[in-house]
Parts: sequence; structure tokens; C-alpha cells
Amino acid sequence: MSFSAEAAWRALGGVPDPEIPAISILDLGIVRAVSCEDDRVAVTVTPTYGGCPATEVIREDICRALQAAGAREVAVTVQLTPAWTTDWLSEDTKARLRAYGIAPPAARAGQAQPLRFRPRIRCPRCESAHTEQLAAFGATACKALYRCLDCLEPFEYFKPI
Amino acid sequence: MNAATNPHVNYILRLADGSLVLAQRLSELCGKGPALEPDIALTNIALDLLGQARLLLSHAGTLEGQGRDEDALAYWRDAKDFLNPTLCELPNGDFAQTCLRAYCYVSWQAVLWAQLQQSSDAALAAIAAKSCKETRYHCEHLGDWVLRLGDGTAESHARMQRALDYLYPYTNELFDSDATDEAAAAVGLGPLPSTLAADWQAQVLPLLTEATLSVPATVPFHSTGRRGVHSEALGHLLGEMQVVARAHPGAHW
Repeated sequence: MSFSAEAAWRALGGVPDPEIPAISILDLGIVRAVSCEDDRVAVTVTPTYGGCPATEVIREDICRALQAAGAREVAVTVQLTPAWTTDWLSEDTKARLRAYGIAPPAARAGQAQPLRFRPRIRCPRCESAHTEQLAAFGATACKALYRCLDCLEPFEYFKPI
Repeated sequence: MNAATNPHVNYILRLADGSLVLAQRLSELCGKGPALEPDIALTNIALDLLGQARLLLSHAGTLEGQGRDEDALAYWRDAKDFLNPTLCELPNGDFAQTCLRAYCYVSWQAVLWAQLQQSSDAALAAIAAKSCKETRYHCEHLGDWVLRLGDGTAESHARMQRALDYLYPYTNELFDSDATDEAAAAVGLGPLPSTLAADWQAQVLPLLTEATLSVPATVPFHSTGRRGVHSEALGHLLGEMQVVARAHPGAHW
């Protein structure tokens, strides 16, 4: 039985990010290439952060999803170049992050301001720009902790990188 | 060929061990912070450093070609085979010393990663491009603490000044060049460390001044960790880091 690249991409679209299940690994932009030969699939991924502990889980989830979709053999290779950037998050993905309660990156990484001048981050719940940073690193290295000074809710901010 | 005779492997191991040993030091504080936020921040920085170390050690193992993977290099070498700068292995001390030591090292990494992106070693260039983005956030966070404590209360200022007086001589080693560095520079692997000093000072000295700290006078002391001659602190650190792997060889989660 042969396995098409379209079927592989469709299956990968159903693999959620382990830390942020509201978006898939395709939304995150970490799947860089997929190739199929008969029922063997090769997937190339790039890590978000070099030490991200979710990378191992993602590798297992990819294998499981593709095998469930009918692939016989799955090979996952990791590629560092080009380095992952939050600029690859689409507008649709950012909207879903916001709906999930995470403020998406407020600037493009390529043109990020010097870090000492922090942009105002909008609260994903009430959209107020009256917020403050509580901690530079949140539950994961890719996020910072913020608090909204209007609705008083804490929230996470996905840092541009 | 062992690592000692291969300057390319040595060059990568020096970087890998710097990240690994500092990651281990910062990990010691996991669960000990006075509040959740600074605790999580330091351990997240430790995790990023560990990520760098894993990539670099794997690359060194491949270059060496003796079948040693990242775990073999991390857990089965002894102190004399570690090539991190001595700065990375010094005890954490108080919170001022913890933050300042890490700040001195990550700001040096920031200068180095920028240049290593043009390395003739494509794998090293890729690791540098990846790490560069993460290091930017480390510099910001640790620099904020150096500033806040230096320009803080009389007590926090005194502690940060004491940390600077203690640590500053150890930064000399970051700019020392030897045969390994000259071989690396000759083939475009990486810059001579001495050429990094001006950029590092341009980044660090204004922050120290803003933090109202006095930069100590230059001293002739040069530590020698990058040549495998370490302080007594490294053996204790490795004893803790390696004990589980050595007690249960080949064990898996």
C-alpha cells in the first residue's frame, strides 16, 4: 500500500503541540519537510528551543499519528537550519493562541527591538494594553508571565525569537 | 585519535562543557528560589544551556568518531577531561554571585554566537544561530538582576560588588588564546578569543557602571579550565552530576 504526502501532512495536522494543545505542530511551523516512498515516511522537524523537552514527545507523537494513518515506517530527523522563529506563526495561529489565553509574539523576531525596551503586551482576555511582566520566563522557556492590570488575570506571553 | 590531539573536537568540547557545567550549577537552584518566578527563570536558562550542551556534545562525539554520544561525554569523562572555563564551575554563592557569573558567561556567549554563525563548520554555525536567539533572553534577564541588585539597597550593592571582585579575574580566561584557538581561527572554525574582548566589554561595562559597581583593576591571574586544569569545585559538581549514570550504566527511563 502506498502512502501519499498529502495523507502524511493531513495526519501531522492532527498532532497537537504537547505544551500548547490548542495549536498543531504544523501551526507551530516545526515540520520542515515530508517525503514518502511507498508506505515509508520521512519527516524533518526543527526544534523550537535547543533544550525543549517537548521535542522527544513530538517525535513519538509524529510516529504514532503517521502509523495510525497507515504508514509502515516513519523516520524523524532533526534539522537546525534555518533556526525556528516565531515569525512562522500564521495570523490564524496567533488568533488561536489568543483564544487559548496566551498572548502571541508582539513583534517580528527579525526586527525585534533591543530587549531593554519592552513592547506593551495586550491581555489575550480583555485586550487591555495595561499589563505588566511578572517574570521573564514562564512555565516553558518560550513564554513569559504577565498580569493584566485591568481584568487582573495573569496570562502567558509567547516571546518573539 | 583522542580529543587531546584533535583541535577541532577540543574547540567544540570547550563550548559544550561551558554550557553543560553552567547548566548544572543553575540546576542546583531548582526548587530553592525565594519565590517561584526567579526559580523558574534560572532553571529555564539552565535548560537552554543544557540544550546547547547536548547539541555540541553530540557534534563533538560525531567529529571524534569513537562512538561516544552526548551521554558518554557528559557522564563518563573525569574532571581533567572537561574543558569548560573555570568561571562556569565556581560555586553559585549567593544570589548576586549566581546572577553575575551567569551574566558574565552568557554575554560572552552572545558575542561568540554572533561570530560562530559564519563558522566553516556548518553544524557549529547552525548551533550558534539557534543559541544566539535564546542567549539574548538570558542576557536580558540576568543583566536586569545585576542592575537591580547593584543599584539596589546598601546590602544588595555590597553583595554584588563582592561578587564582581571575586568573579572578574576569572573572566580573563575567556579571552585567552592557545594552540587550539589558533588552529580554529586558522581554518575559520571560530574567532580567536582575544578578539572578543572589546565587544564583550562594550556590552558588559556600561551595565556594570549603570549598576553603580566599580570594575576591579586588571589582575595577572588567569584560570586554566579550558586546558583541563580546574578548581576543586568541578570534581564535586561532576560527582553529583554523574553519580546516577555511573551507578546504573546503560539505564533508561
